[in-house]
Amino acid sequence: MHNHPHGHHGLQHDAKRPQNLRHTVGKLMRYITRYRLAFLPVILCLVISSAGSVGGSYLIKPIIDDYILPGDFPGLFKMLVFMAAVYVLSALASYVYARIMVHISQNTVAQLRQDLFAHLQKLPLRYYDTHPAGDLMSRFTNDIDTVSEMISNSFASVISCVLTFLGILGMMLYLNWMLTLISLVFLLLMLLAVKSIGGKSRTNFRRQQAALGSLNGYIEEMIEGQKVIKVFNHEQAAIDQFARLNTAYRDSATTAQTYASSMMPTMGNLSRINYAITCCVGGLLAIGGVFNIGALGAYLLYVKQVSQPITQLSQQVNVLLSAMAGAERIFAVMEETPERDDGKTVLVRVEKKEESLTETQRHTGHWAWKKPDGSLVELRGDVRFENVVFGYEAQKPVLHNVSLFAKPGQKIAFVGSTGAGKTTITNLINRFYDIQSGTITYDGISVQDIAKDSLRRSLGVVLQDTHLFTGTVADNIRYGKLDATDEEVRNAAKLANADTFIRHLPQGYDTVLTGDGDELSQGERQLLAIARAAVSDPPVLILDEATSSIDTRTEKLIEAGMDSLMEGRTVFVIAHRLSTVRNAQAILVLEQGEIMERGSHEQLLEEKGRYYHLYTGQAELK
Amino acid sequence: MIQKLYPYTKGYRPYMLLAILCSAGEAVLELLLPLTMSNIVDIGIAGGDRSYILTAGLKMAVMAAVAMLLGITAASAAARAGMGFGANLRLAVYEHVQNFSFSNIEHFSTASLITRLTNDVAAMQQTLMMGLRIFVRAPMMLLTALVLAATISLNLSRVFLVVIPLLAVVAAVILRKVGPMFTTMQQATDDLNLVVQENLTAIRVVKSFVRESEECAKFENRSTHLRKTAERSSGFVVSFMPLMIIIVYSTIIAVMWIGGHYVYDGMMGSGDLISFITYITEILMSLMMVSMILMMLSRSIACARRIIEVMEEVPEITNATADPALQVADGSIRFDHVFFKYHKGAEAWNLRDVSFHVTSGMTVGILGGTGSAKTTLVSLIPRLYEATEGQIFVGGHPVQDYTTEHLRDACAMVLQQNTLFSGTVADNLRWGNRNASDEELQDACRTACADEFITRMPQGYDTVIDQGGANISGGQKQRLCIARAILRKPKILILDDSTSAVDTSTDAKIRQSLRQVLPGTTKIIIAQRVASVMDADLILVMDDGVIAAMGTHDQLLSSCHIYREVYESQQEGVTIDA
Repeated sequence: MHNHPHGHHGLQHDAKRPQNLRHTVGKLMRYITRYRLAFLPVILCLVISSAGSVGGSYLIKPIIDDYILPGDFPGLFKMLVFMAAVYVLSALASYVYARIMVHISQNTVAQLRQDLFAHLQKLPLRYYDTHPAGDLMSRFTNDIDTVSEMISNSFASVISCVLTFLGILGMMLYLNWMLTLISLVFLLLMLLAVKSIGGKSRTNFRRQQAALGSLNGYIEEMIEGQKVIKVFNHEQAAIDQFARLNTAYRDSATTAQTYASSMMPTMGNLSRINYAITCCVGGLLAIGGVFNIGALGAYLLYVKQVSQPITQLSQQVNVLLSAMAGAERIFAVMEETPERDDGKTVLVRVEKKEESLTETQRHTGHWAWKKPDGSLVELRGDVRFENVVFGYEAQKPVLHNVSLFAKPGQKIAFVGSTGAGKTTITNLINRFYDIQSGTITYDGISVQDIAKDSLRRSLGVVLQDTHLFTGTVADNIRYGKLDATDEEVRNAAKLANADTFIRHLPQGYDTVLTGDGDELSQGERQLLAIARAAVSDPPVLILDEATSSIDTRTEKLIEAGMDSLMEGRTVFVIAHRLSTVRNAQAILVLEQGEIMERGSHEQLLEEKGRYYHLYTGQAELK
Repeated sequence: MIQKLYPYTKGYRPYMLLAILCSAGEAVLELLLPLTMSNIVDIGIAGGDRSYILTAGLKMAVMAAVAMLLGITAASAAARAGMGFGANLRLAVYEHVQNFSFSNIEHFSTASLITRLTNDVAAMQQTLMMGLRIFVRAPMMLLTALVLAATISLNLSRVFLVVIPLLAVVAAVILRKVGPMFTTMQQATDDLNLVVQENLTAIRVVKSFVRESEECAKFENRSTHLRKTAERSSGFVVSFMPLMIIIVYSTIIAVMWIGGHYVYDGMMGSGDLISFITYITEILMSLMMVSMILMMLSRSIACARRIIEVMEEVPEITNATADPALQVADGSIRFDHVFFKYHKGAEAWNLRDVSFHVTSGMTVGILGGTGSAKTTLVSLIPRLYEATEGQIFVGGHPVQDYTTEHLRDACAMVLQQNTLFSGTVADNLRWGNRNASDEELQDACRTACADEFITRMPQGYDTVIDQGGANISGGQKQRLCIARAILRKPKILILDDSTSAVDTSTDAKIRQSLRQVLPGTTKIIIAQRVASVMDADLILVMDDGVIAAMGTHDQLLSSCHIYREVYESQQEGVTIDA
């Protein structure tokens, strides 16, 4: 597997608007209201800081008119000390609320992502089939980030903007209502500018994101396939197509960015024109004696300040919208229905004396199913399918009326071409999917009545695609059984013939694997996966192409290990190589979701059916 | 660094200049406003001169209007220059990557190349766009405001001697502390994302082994760690603003106190005092902006370094010694004491002393265990890697004599890890031959046994394949890749374990039709199954980087024990009597 950089996936969402705002806000509020007590000091501090920044500017009027011009310096000193106190208090208040908001946002977001992750663990595989990992990943990265940004910044910022704006407006009115009228006209102009530039910039931003999406998608696809490009001399064609997408993105980005960055000079200079006119009219008023110089100075400071909340609010709207869209995507995952798990039968350790079973906590090596009524059924590994019909989509059945049985200790092999339904059958045994009709029983109990954890613990699986986790080799083998001792780990590795190559690794069993075990060959990874299944010691084993990447010589080497691994267990084997399945008690030939033939190797060869043809496909060239 | 990136601004330099000039003009105009204002107060109001106030007011309004025009022009020019530079840079990096050999690509890894082309270039273009305006604006503001403040009152301006160094020290301390904090936070984020990514890709393993609760615990652990580091660094960052505000307002208060005396003594007008205070705010705000830019810049420098790293990677394989007119005449291949290793510094050879000769039209089978260097061997033929020692001849000439284009046109290789691209089936097939007719496509697919499933698809050859070929099975994908290679009509066809997901009878059928359809083409087949290669004219048995044996099936059966072992293991099957 490649490590896809998922950074840009989410970008494509940014321009999307939330669909169901009220619902999302409600959900989000439930997370935030846990901290409602902390909001009291936050709001208090917001009020103090806004009042401080609005009131501080007003102080310039008395300072000039009442102290400096008359020359009252002791009074000026007191006034300045008071002013300093106001500013320090306001700065402190703004630090306190920002700090509290950081705490709230980090905790909320941590809780949110933990809930998201925990919920994802409960979702059925069907969900993962239809949602690419990259898309889910971007909910953990981009979406969580926007929500975090919103809680830590936007919330306080919006309140503070509104408070400051109202405060400034009030002070302006108090200082001079005529000048305020002029300023209101400009505020209206600014609102219009925000609306038209903002609207244009949003539309163009959406276009830019779409162009970026196709450009980045192309980069990802082509770089991933770079080796094929080289082999086919396709470099020039790849460059030409790239250049087209690159130019398209450049053009749309230029437009979008032009609008977006015109906002600041437009707003700033509208505010300056307002300043000029205020100066002019204020000067005339001052000459007329209606107004004094200190008041004009204070008023002019307000004129400079008043446009800031508007610009900020217009930016916050974008942050809020994209955060809400992000939150909506997060909650969409959390509202998915979890895997159904209403089985009440659980797996318990038992002590076996002659024929009677007693439940125990000790490691006895014996297990039993404990039914809801308390009765115990020994775990043996008897699996039966009766008239099972299943499709990944209800309309398109993949398995038609499949019936099969595996008695305890039997090895059952599935053969058939790709897409015949082999892996699907194994997916049904561990209830990755629920069947549409028919029954699957395990030791006579319907798998639907067994608690999922218990069911899956009783099955060991080696999957077609081997996935390893970042951690030591030993940790990866221990994945099958957390409390396995070092010796158990080593024995499992020996069984899978992995011991030799592991000991050749730089730190042996303590070698840290990263990136899905990139440094190991496909074959070595499969050996580890076999060891992982071996250490978990389950009564039923599913081997889905477990040895497909292991060359036949190595396969022969692990043969003895596989033998002892399979001994006494019910084993389901899917293999491409017919040599791997020959000695199964029963071979099932699957074709298009139906069992065509069932029998031992010899029986099937004698029947001269589909299996015979598959088998001799290899022999006919002799 | 700037020297290396500057060439990519080509075509956009007038816009850069325009953006710089307009930003500078806007900044100067903006700062002249308070000066005019103080004249209104000190000359107009004090002298009761109404017409002076009106003209000065009008002048200010016009200045602001011009500033708006300049500002918008600067914004648009900067956007054009930034995005244009980004496009130039992106194209140059992409073109350069096209010249990379396989080992160059592996040196960077696919994922890292993608981030460099996407995120890093995007960060660069953003930096240029913002930088053109803010970088000019902030220092310009600082300078003009300082000059104007000094003309108002040189004495009062001495406060800056105290404040500016103080502010610089505070900003430097904070920046120095914030950097490592964010690095730690980034690390914590990466750790967390790793858990999510591994969990998502391996969800089947997690569920099979019932490890959901342990995975949640692991995630919670990382999430808590991230929360703590994020809270620490963000908590520190929010102290920046209040601290700066306190410094700014302390200055204002000091200016009021000192300036108050000057005004009373008649050394300056009260309008001057007000505009002086305005300048203080402007100066300190621009200083703050400069420190913000520095923060942004430190990130961009990292991005720039990563991009330059790609640009400076020397393509390992070039056409320097090639004869552009030389074409591959036939499909003969000769390896002459070839040694190869992937990493120059590595001790062990991946291929040791490989020599063999293949005449045109032969079928060659290559067999060997996992890691025995089968793929390495065949990759040297189309010169995907360069032999470390020894020489490889194709069509009688050393591979270095051909341009890579001619060489690879003649050698079609079906890779083990193959890729289909989004587009229709036909689009993908035409990668092999852009001008192939529909009949040619169908012929190639028949040879590769791909026609039967293509015709069963709803839109046949026009069926759209998802990215990476997600909507077709492994065996179907392999057959399409073979058909794509056949369409090249190559002199040499290399199949690297290309039928591993195809069932045995189809596999046999493909080989049979290849022999009929491409009789003159040298066919090299790497396989796991002896059956896939036993009818070859020559079989190479690889073991740990050397050719352990070569010969025909019958020869090898009697002479090579490895071959015999493999053959027997596949014939007899694994005997398990459970």
